[in-house]
Amino acid sequence: MAVQLSEAAQARIEQLIERYPTPRAVMLPALHLATQEFPYLDDEVCQAVADLLQVPMVDVKGVATFYTMFPTEPQGTCEVHICFNLSCSLQGARRLLRRAERQLGIEVGQTTPDGRFTLRGVECMAACDRAPMMYLNDELYGNVTEEKLDELLHQKSSGE
Amino acid sequence: MEPIITRHLGTPDLWRLDTYRAHGGYETLTKALQEHQPDDLITMVRDAGLRGRGGAGFPTGVKWGFLPKDGRPRYLICNGDESEPGTFKDRLLLENDPHQVLEGLILSCYAVGAHLAFIYLRGEFFLSARRVQEAIDEAYQAGYLGENILGSGMNLEVLLHRGAGAYICGEETGLIESLEGKRAYPRIKPPFPANIGAFGMPTVVNNVETLANVRHIVAHGAEWYNSIGPERNRGTRMWCVSGRVRKPGVYEVPLGIPLRDLIFDHAGGLEEGRTLKAVIPGGSSSPILTAEEAMEVDSDFDALQRAGTMGGSGGLMVLDDRVCVVQSSYIISEFYHDESCGQCTPCRQGTGWMTKLLHRIEHGEGRPGDVDLLLSMGANIFGRTICPLGDAAVWPVESAINKFRSEFDHHISDKRCLPGTESIL
Repeated sequence: MAVQLSEAAQARIEQLIERYPTPRAVMLPALHLATQEFPYLDDEVCQAVADLLQVPMVDVKGVATFYTMFPTEPQGTCEVHICFNLSCSLQGARRLLRRAERQLGIEVGQTTPDGRFTLRGVECMAACDRAPMMYLNDELYGNVTEEKLDELLHQKSSGE
Repeated sequence: MEPIITRHLGTPDLWRLDTYRAHGGYETLTKALQEHQPDDLITMVRDAGLRGRGGAGFPTGVKWGFLPKDGRPRYLICNGDESEPGTFKDRLLLENDPHQVLEGLILSCYAVGAHLAFIYLRGEFFLSARRVQEAIDEAYQAGYLGENILGSGMNLEVLLHRGAGAYICGEETGLIESLEGKRAYPRIKPPFPANIGAFGMPTVVNNVETLANVRHIVAHGAEWYNSIGPERNRGTRMWCVSGRVRKPGVYEVPLGIPLRDLIFDHAGGLEEGRTLKAVIPGGSSSPILTAEEAMEVDSDFDALQRAGTMGGSGGLMVLDDRVCVVQSSYIISEFYHDESCGQCTPCRQGTGWMTKLLHRIEHGEGRPGDVDLLLSMGANIFGRTICPLGDAAVWPVESAINKFRSEFDHHISDKRCLPGTESIL
């Protein structure tokens, strides 16, 4: 059977289509909902979204592959995003990034074989007053030290 | 001077409607809907001389005035896609004081006659998304949004629209494309959004801080606003100071104060024993200033422009004597390459070539002529792209070479950074 979004998500999308000037404008909201429900956005998920918005599947896929927050391959349960732009680099962010690589045994851009962590160097997240900063999924951590990084990664890997 | 926009930011739970109202929130809206016609508000904002706080510093009232009066529906978009490296003021407002932004937005919609508005919020602003949505819900419940707002006959719907990770969405036509559910490829202008914007309709796009300013201009009038800051540069700015300072943070000060006061008074100056080397004043795309230049320039739009740089998004980054300018240029260049949307060849290819060359120079593999090659690449990108991202990629590198040429040359001759610098890579 074809992949479908949950009924709640479908209802939400229908609701939004009523409020936006065009159904296609609900693309980003719909893809955010899909990202919550599926590990990544493959062709089948894109097709499901396309059906709801009544647009061609390639249009959905074109959008999904343009934006970094829409995963097009499986991601770790914990996404470690360390900012490596200038303000954070001035406070040691790139050292942190290399430390995270060593601790997790993977390179930037990779996912651990057990599927627990994905590590990324990310662009400025608008929290330069708390440099160096990182996100663990949706949680922002500022003024990250090497000790703090170790502690957080340890917590996450022991399932806390 | 007492801050205006950030005055109540320290108040606990300011994001709640009750707290916001306890500090005079929505009084301005209530009064304006009773006492003013929409055109009065446009005149007020124009006479106040408010300039956009997102990057370009274009006069807001003038922008509003471009909307044709032809009966088509109009849209207003609040640009909350704050992504210019070094900038973190809009996040602060959206997380802590979303109702202030909303009140400014409602007043602006009243002024321009928009019945549907969008808050385009950067996708990674998770906390802001929750707070802004709660604020919108509260505002509907209290009758500040919806139909017949406060009995005035005004109707307004507001939708929170989350981005999904693309710097280019900060560019207003890229943002509009993204809002329409497409890849954020900026549009060729003209036509300008004021005529053909979102969904083919007249559209204004205003920055978060700009909209917050509107609320205060409507509350206190153009004359009051004109008493703050030098001519053509009125009001305050929320400067985001980061990098090698003791107290990084957002500081709201009147436009035009000396830039050095921001660094040495507000942000607490540099660490013991360090000296100022360079300042990037308005987000990573703004041309770099040497310490001498930064110590002399004022912080208003025009003074920074006269000094060959710009106030941009207000993201001021401080580099001390330990920082290698080749490294900082490389990091910035890498960013623009990463975020090039890929639409225009000079930007898509050129930013990559510049980054590669900087990488090679930084890693001791630079060849004689590489620095001039960088300048020539910049000249071939500059002005040859649909949107200003190409220019934004060139300014920082070109200015760094022009002002710190010997440091680049040293990397090529000696294959390493200047003595006394510490790597940030």
